[in-house]
Amino acid sequence: MSKKVMVNPRNAYGEALIELGNKYNNLVVLDADLSKSTKTIMFAKKYPDRFFEMGIAEANMITTAAGLASCGKLPFVSTFAVFATGRVYDQIRMDIAYSNANVKIFATHGGISVGKDGVSHQMIEDIALMRVLPNMTVLAPSDAIQTGKIVHLMAEEHGPMYARVGRADAPLIYGKKDVEEMKIGKGMVVEDGSDISFISCGTMVEPALEARKTLAKQGINARVVDMHTIKPIDENLILKCVKDTNGIITAEEHSIIGGLGAAVAEILAEKNFSTKFLRMGIKDTFCESGTPSDLLEKYQLNEKHMVKNAKNILKN
Amino acid sequence: MTGYDAKDIIKLNLKAVKIRKHIIEMLYRAKSGHPGGSLSAVDALVALYFFHMKLNPKKPHDPNRDRFILSKGHAAPALYAVLAERGYFPVEELKKLRMINCMLQGHPVCTYIPGVEASTGSLGHGLSFANGVALAGKLDKKNYNVYAMLGDGETGEGQVWEAAAVAAHYKLDNLTAMIDRNFLQIDGYTEDVLKLESVRDRWSSFGWNTIEIDGHDIEKIINALKEANTHERQPTMIILNTTKGKGVSFMENNVDFHGVPPNEIERNIAIEELTHAEKRLEATL
Ligand SMILES: Cc1ncc(C[n+]2csc(CCOP(=O)(O)OP(=O)(O)O)c2C)c(N)n1
Ligand SMILES: [Mg+2]
Repeated sequence: MSKKVMVNPRNAYGEALIELGNKYNNLVVLDADLSKSTKTIMFAKKYPDRFFEMGIAEANMITTAAGLASCGKLPFVSTFAVFATGRVYDQIRMDIAYSNANVKIFATHGGISVGKDGVSHQMIEDIALMRVLPNMTVLAPSDAIQTGKIVHLMAEEHGPMYARVGRADAPLIYGKKDVEEMKIGKGMVVEDGSDISFISCGTMVEPALEARKTLAKQGINARVVDMHTIKPIDENLILKCVKDTNGIITAEEHSIIGGLGAAVAEILAEKNFSTKFLRMGIKDTFCESGTPSDLLEKYQLNEKHMVKNAKNILKN
Repeated sequence: MTGYDAKDIIKLNLKAVKIRKHIIEMLYRAKSGHPGGSLSAVDALVALYFFHMKLNPKKPHDPNRDRFILSKGHAAPALYAVLAERGYFPVEELKKLRMINCMLQGHPVCTYIPGVEASTGSLGHGLSFANGVALAGKLDKKNYNVYAMLGDGETGEGQVWEAAAVAAHYKLDNLTAMIDRNFLQIDGYTEDVLKLESVRDRWSSFGWNTIEIDGHDIEKIINALKEANTHERQPTMIILNTTKGKGVSFMENNVDFHGVPPNEIERNIAIEELTHAEKRLEATL
């Protein structure tokens, strides 16, 4: 097996901001004492006048960004996912979503693979919180290449947007060409298959690709969908998975309530499509401190559990 | 406890060195965590838990106990080491900091770690929580005291100032808060990130009694805590002038050791330095 190239999606964010800073002179960046972690520091060094260090004061940062947007600025706002959503919910609701402000919230450290810092830093509800807000687009890119592309798309399209990536380095899934045609709201079939569909987002796309390889050896042909946009969800692609394959497994580093799995379930139920269906995610519990791999094993969110679940639902 | 002599202070200082050693070992084993802010908070924690506070480790839920709330939850290693040394749980537990299926979480959790009063780690909550505890104490006519420790960077949070207003409004003189004034946060020097000065004027203008001392001088901390307890009709803020990373030369005032643990070499040097400090103190006993 060829060795995987690991690149941190956070670095891709930092690099994209630098490119965009050159392209859009109205682009501004705000951070709350985490610029070294979110990588907005890269932008801050290049464009110090357009970077605002807001201190440990996230609520204020969100509403300030809305004010900047009201004057034609294009604010990217960053901190950890837990502080970028839950902590500042009403500020996002009123000043960004309701006001339809052109503010882009780019959060890092989403999910449980944040690891040893524990529950206070492991955000598993952000997709649900953002998805329920009218006007809000919700994104969870899977690798560094896709992250870079998504940051560009966020800048190009108007409106409130939330994107989250994890903390860890991630294996590259795509080349630059693969994401050229990518669009917000259109999921990507990374590998096709006819027996079962994995619909994943963010950090769960790569393990689905690994699970696909293992399943192939056992005669099961799995499709892997990268659902980088959770809202608006790609209804057509979900329906296509129902038609082409015998079951759907969603996977996300997020609660099974309110996230990608829930979004897919809503479509399936309303369209009256009956298929075998399973949501992989955090099962309505707070997790704990631990290494990322220990946590993903204990909370059943890795390749191994994907393989097991795929075989189980196809059998029953 | 009320009275003390010079030897008592030396013993408390020795305890502080021991806690610092624990912190270094814990973070080294965990391969993650926050040395800087843990080390700067140690002396105040030792003064509280080994001298000043009314508590019984065998009865962590005693309704009459004094309470301490670590608002800057990332200093959990300091709190855990103090709780273990004070007898709330076995010192052995410290070795399992941040490991899966273990008790000691990266940030404090109140539901299952004995002695932890509030679940923190998301900055800015602790003072509001302490207000709640202080208000309950007033309602129930109990004479316990409530203590809280905040980071200086943490006071950027608006919620801290909402809590500051409430504590003064309700004249919570059973509340003593402390700021670990180490002048550093993550992105750098506090005055560059988001200006805080004058910290003391801010708190006094919010209606607080304020005291400013060397946050590594245990005797001064003890005296400040006593003064705070006797002060009436106002909450007290003790500004602890501290050094981030205190006690380990290469961690002191070094922003890079905010959230990065020591590697093996660094751990060895740190333990050696702390052992020297211990020996020097012992010689004065
Ligand atoms: C609400 C919130 N925002 C951001 C963080 C991330 N964070 C952890 S520690 C820290 C810096 C804290 O600085 P300070 O309060 O000065 O603490 P100390 O110097 O004592 O470590 C930050 C930004 C957090 N834990 N909570
Ligand atoms: Mg500080």
